[in-house]
Amino acid sequence: MPPLLELVGITKRYPGIVANQDVSLAVQPGEIQALLGENGAGKSTLMKIVYGLARPDEGEIRWQGELVVENSPVLARKRGIGMVFQHFTLFETLTVAENIALGLEPGNAGSDLEGRIRELSRHYGLAVAPQAPVWSLSVGERQRVEIVRCLLQSPRLLIMDEPTSVLTPQEADGLFATLRRLAAEGCAVLYISHKLEEIQALCHAATVLRAGKVVARCDPTRETARSLAALMIGKAPPEIEHRPAESDGPVVLSVADLSLPSVDPHGTALKRVSFSLRAGEILGVAGVAGNGQRELLRALSGEDARAPAGAITLAGQPAGNLDPKRRRALGLAFVPEERLGRGAAPKLSLTLNALLTGKRQSLTRAGLIRQGAVERRATEIVRRFDVRTPGIQAEAGSLSGGNLQKFIVGRELYDGPKLLIAAHPTWGVDVGAATLIREEMLALRDRGGSVLLFSEELDELFLLSDRIAVMFHGMLSPPAPVRQLTPESVGLLMGGAGFEGGVGLAQAH
Amino acid sequence: MGDELSTAIAVIAATLRAGTPLVFAAIGELVAERAGVLNLGIEGMMLVGAVVGFMVAASTGLTPLGFVAAALAGMGAAAIYGALALNLMTNQVATGLALAIFGAGLAAFLGQSWVGIPLPGMALPFPETLRSIPVAGPILFGHDWLVYLSLLTVAGVAFFLHRTRGGLILRAVGENQESAHALGYPVLRIRWLATLFGGAMAGIGGGYLSLIYTPQWAENMTAGRGWIALALVVFATWRPWRVLLGAYVFGGVTILGLQIQAAGIAINSNLVAMTPYLATIIVLVLISRDATRIRLHTPASLARPFHPEA
Ligand SMILES: Nc1ncnc2c1ncn2[C@@H]1O[C@H](COP(=O)(O)OP(=O)(O)OP(=O)(O)O)[C@@H](O)[C@H]1O
Ligand SMILES: [Mg+2]
Repeated sequence: MPPLLELVGITKRYPGIVANQDVSLAVQPGEIQALLGENGAGKSTLMKIVYGLARPDEGEIRWQGELVVENSPVLARKRGIGMVFQHFTLFETLTVAENIALGLEPGNAGSDLEGRIRELSRHYGLAVAPQAPVWSLSVGERQRVEIVRCLLQSPRLLIMDEPTSVLTPQEADGLFATLRRLAAEGCAVLYISHKLEEIQALCHAATVLRAGKVVARCDPTRETARSLAALMIGKAPPEIEHRPAESDGPVVLSVADLSLPSVDPHGTALKRVSFSLRAGEILGVAGVAGNGQRELLRALSGEDARAPAGAITLAGQPAGNLDPKRRRALGLAFVPEERLGRGAAPKLSLTLNALLTGKRQSLTRAGLIRQGAVERRATEIVRRFDVRTPGIQAEAGSLSGGNLQKFIVGRELYDGPKLLIAAHPTWGVDVGAATLIREEMLALRDRGGSVLLFSEELDELFLLSDRIAVMFHGMLSPPAPVRQLTPESVGLLMGGAGFEGGVGLAQAH
Repeated sequence: MGDELSTAIAVIAATLRAGTPLVFAAIGELVAERAGVLNLGIEGMMLVGAVVGFMVAASTGLTPLGFVAAALAGMGAAAIYGALALNLMTNQVATGLALAIFGAGLAAFLGQSWVGIPLPGMALPFPETLRSIPVAGPILFGHDWLVYLSLLTVAGVAFFLHRTRGGLILRAVGENQESAHALGYPVLRIRWLATLFGGAMAGIGGGYLSLIYTPQWAENMTAGRGWIALALVVFATWRPWRVLLGAYVFGGVTILGLQIQAAGIAINSNLVAMTPYLATIIVLVLISRDATRIRLHTPASLARPFHPEA
């Protein structure tokens, strides 16, 4: 039997870079195959070629043994290919149900779509609220929608480009169960992830790309996470040692009894959130996406400046009602949830994106941009954080997901801020670069800076944080020193145990 | 008393008539913009529709045929825009402006020998017996075909956009073209259809001016209504019923101004001519202030060129 999908000698060039070079691979029905590679290795590009979003310069695609002459998303979908995109393809102003309906065949969308969405999302372990508009959702919730929409298409080949990058471990486990069942029914899966434990647990085979070329094929069940990492980046990344500290420095950020209704009727209201963060400390915020993290981030960054001035104190100043610019002037640096649109302007060059949040004094003079200084800064960020790009004039939107993330985090860390608030700072970043970013955050702390770290990844939180707090239904648990916590105890808190009315709320959800 | 009542009824009727060309032009533009196409050439499409409709109606004696011709002419003008802005990806703003100027010139050229020619009227849809019911008769049944058609169009567009799958797809294309493409929707074809619909509606709006409202052909007879239609769509935050309301505010203030002048009250006539534009925008800004709602209804891909492999 011919493979379901076969790629032969695919080459794709972009200005200044060869994204794929002579790549061949084959996928059998029922097989879950991993595609591994560091940031910018060409994984997403290859998948876009299969899905008809990019045209290869050379090479052939064969579907069930037959040469694919013409390709486009329409045709790919007709063949039964479904794709979960690294950068979600959702419509912000439409509701979850409308977004999902758009992903289905006309006849399939039919009556009681909402009921079906609810039922299936529960079945998959990926809760989504059909009536919520997508713009009000956090990235984790968006990722759930993107996945549920794709699964509802009942595809024959599933392409998943980092589907679990912002899911909690429990959600990811639910997804894996679903994928295994689909594979048992004969669906093939092409799976991209930087979480190597996932690859080992889930995939039957792996193809490793480096700089656009296939450098290895292996059976991931026979490898270790470290040996897989070594295949990807040439050497195993250094281990970060866990070194929690107890800080008695001055309080840099304090939030007192912050209650804030959500701007959106489907959002989560913040309920009496209180915590304080000292200089030289990393405070981790855990929680299932959609429990108010997005709202808290917006209130802290200044995007939502409705809070009473005194509810948030930043560097000793009441800051609840200040705009983002003033807060940055007080020493705040911020890595937002969405990298395209909030973290970076996709159509602007890296140089200009470096200017956007840099301390402007040194980058502008009398309102004019000091081109040389900005370019030096962009070059320095690219070098220090190992951003793979043809040059600093490249549009931010043309970078691979992980490389853009490195750039944004690098830009925020560049000045050595007093306080860094970071949401998923290692989202989609490969193992080597994740280590780099984590070391930089620890170094910031050791120099007396503070970090407020929002993450869905418990491993990351436990690795970096000195104290951890958990968000649940808009409430925040009192931060506890990491020594007193275990992943299990945090998991329980995430499920609502220990919160006022918690378990009941969780079940009603 | 009876006199005042009949004046009021006449004002209402005149308001609807003055608003109708705007309703057509703006609802067409609304559909185009919801699909992400910013066609600034409404004024040109209206004028081409007005002159072609007039020529056909005057030479055949058939006003309904005139409207069909007006719609087709508007579509033709929109097709020029589509070929340039959608296929060749010229800048939408510049192309629309060019279409506005080109359409006005073309219409003036075509209409040279048709100025001042009278037209046969068009029968009213409802019989005399209904129209002569006191008060309700003239308000409900007293208008011409096109007033009713415009209302049906607004209702139809509102229904289509928010209650049908086709409307959902159209909004999706205007909201995020890359995602729509990735989900397998033919972005260009949908934009073409929306553009043609916009052209047809602008053509009918123009035709209404030359075939019923005036009814005569005169150069530049749209007098900026194409531009106000454009503003209506934006200030009505892309919602059909608000467009209708805005158009009638415009019509009402226009008629009031005329009434005031007719009553011999001394007001600067330029001021009178200016007021409807100002009043319409003020009213629409006041009812559409909610920032969240604006964000929810603004087509995010508006005026962005689309290439399937970007
Ligand atoms: N549209 C584009 N224009 C120019 N260059 C591009 C474009 N898309 C991708 N590239 C380049 O191609 C290379 C491969 O990118 P790709 O997105 O496939 O990487 P990736 O393996 O998916 O990385 P990541 O793990 O960070 O998502 C990168 O160097 C990127 O800059
Ligand atoms: Mg990628």
